[in-house]
Amino acid sequence: MNWKRKDVLGLQNLSVEEIEIILDTAVSMKEVLGRTIKKVPALRGRTVVTLFYEPSTRTRTSFELAAKYLSADSVNLSASTSSVVKGETLKDTARTLAAMGADVVVLRHPMAGAPNLLAETIPAAVINAGDGTHEHPTQALLDMFTVREKLGKLAGLNVAIIGDILHSRVARSNIWGFTKMGARVRICGPATMIPASIETMGVEVCTGIEEALEGADVVMMLRIQLERQQQGLFPSLQEYTRLFGLNRQRLALARPGALVMHPGPINRGVEISPEVADGVNSVITEQVTNGVAVRMALLYLLGGGGIPVA
Amino acid sequence: MKHKVQILDKEGIRRALTRIAHEIIERNKGTEDLALIGIRRRGVPLAERLAAKIREIEGSVVPVGTLDITLYRDDLNTRDQQPLVHRTEVPFSVTEKKIVLVDDVIYTGRTIRAALDAIMDLGRPRVIQLAVLIDRGHRELPIRPDYVGKNVPTSRREIVEVCLQETDGEERVLILEKD
Repeated sequence: MNWKRKDVLGLQNLSVEEIEIILDTAVSMKEVLGRTIKKVPALRGRTVVTLFYEPSTRTRTSFELAAKYLSADSVNLSASTSSVVKGETLKDTARTLAAMGADVVVLRHPMAGAPNLLAETIPAAVINAGDGTHEHPTQALLDMFTVREKLGKLAGLNVAIIGDILHSRVARSNIWGFTKMGARVRICGPATMIPASIETMGVEVCTGIEEALEGADVVMMLRIQLERQQQGLFPSLQEYTRLFGLNRQRLALARPGALVMHPGPINRGVEISPEVADGVNSVITEQVTNGVAVRMALLYLLGGGGIPVA
Repeated sequence: MKHKVQILDKEGIRRALTRIAHEIIERNKGTEDLALIGIRRRGVPLAERLAAKIREIEGSVVPVGTLDITLYRDDLNTRDQQPLVHRTEVPFSVTEKKIVLVDDVIYTGRTIRAALDAIMDLGRPRVIQLAVLIDRGHRELPIRPDYVGKNVPTSRREIVEVCLQETDGEERVLILEKD
């Protein structure tokens, strides 16, 4: 099977075969990252624009480096420093970028579905770098890549996702992705942060963290967004840590050799204790490296020439 | 596709590779600093077979690597779909090595051009030589193989099909004519 898709907007509508193509391509890209000369000419003459309406350091830097390692030219645009502050709409900004010759547009936007709108508007390929609380496909793909690389497979694994599921696009994309690839996903968090009818996504909801961790092969901790406390979703950080924080004693419930993951940035001592974040089970820094490889794979697959415009 | 002509059988392939192995050893005055790199796909089993023959003849083990040239193709901007990338595995430093690049067929020379760039990105070899099972002519670049299993004059309408046990389950080289 070959790659046919113009855009990557979420894990929900990617097929198992497409996910496998992305992960396999990322293996080759990781080999390039390990070289002394980290550059291949595959996307010479192509232009990648990152268009960010929300702050981000790692996702944006990761995309920018991925583009550079593939020899594409990359331009970064922040909403705060662009015509967006003059009232330009997303569609008009995107049309302007397309008219300047952008081949791939990487979009982060606070509204769910913004990348879909963009993808229908412009001929350039669109990659969703996070849209509201909807999806963050490149994070889920790099998480799946990391698990597959470390444990050799995805099917049949027990994956525990712990924290603020309600506001987490990372959780949503990972649930779509891991269940699609045949893993069993358990989620756990404060009842105010578990979306209603989340079971329909094919996950098991656990009330206590111990239940979620029992026999887990992968433990994925989500960042607790500190501003949520003001909304009254949990009483205090101390209580959150006591009930849902990952520490060494709790990690012992998981399978020996289980992977500890976190999409970053970490609140040390809140959702994860420093000894676990820096411990032998942690693959948090490798996730960052793998993020570059996965984004290279996507840019390569979407950034080719002659892709017909829908 | 029609009009099949077999130009090499199993024994023919074996003899050609045996001769090339001897030539590689002779040209390089032994196997010191020698390494083989096969181009995906069919260059890979050919490189492994050459390494095995060199070991039989000289008793020394020559490292073998695998090269995928997809990211170095010169037609990535013109194709409808991106070709899938496979793994490059060169588990040794190419710097100061005598590299023998191995492929099944040389035609326009564009694959070899891409492979040369790919190797140069891995380091700085002392010398790069080229071994192919079939040279079918029609070069579009100034590239010439150092070791050739068989020279086969062809027309551009023809297709050379190399079948190897490891990749195709049989051993032979055919010429097919496009309809």
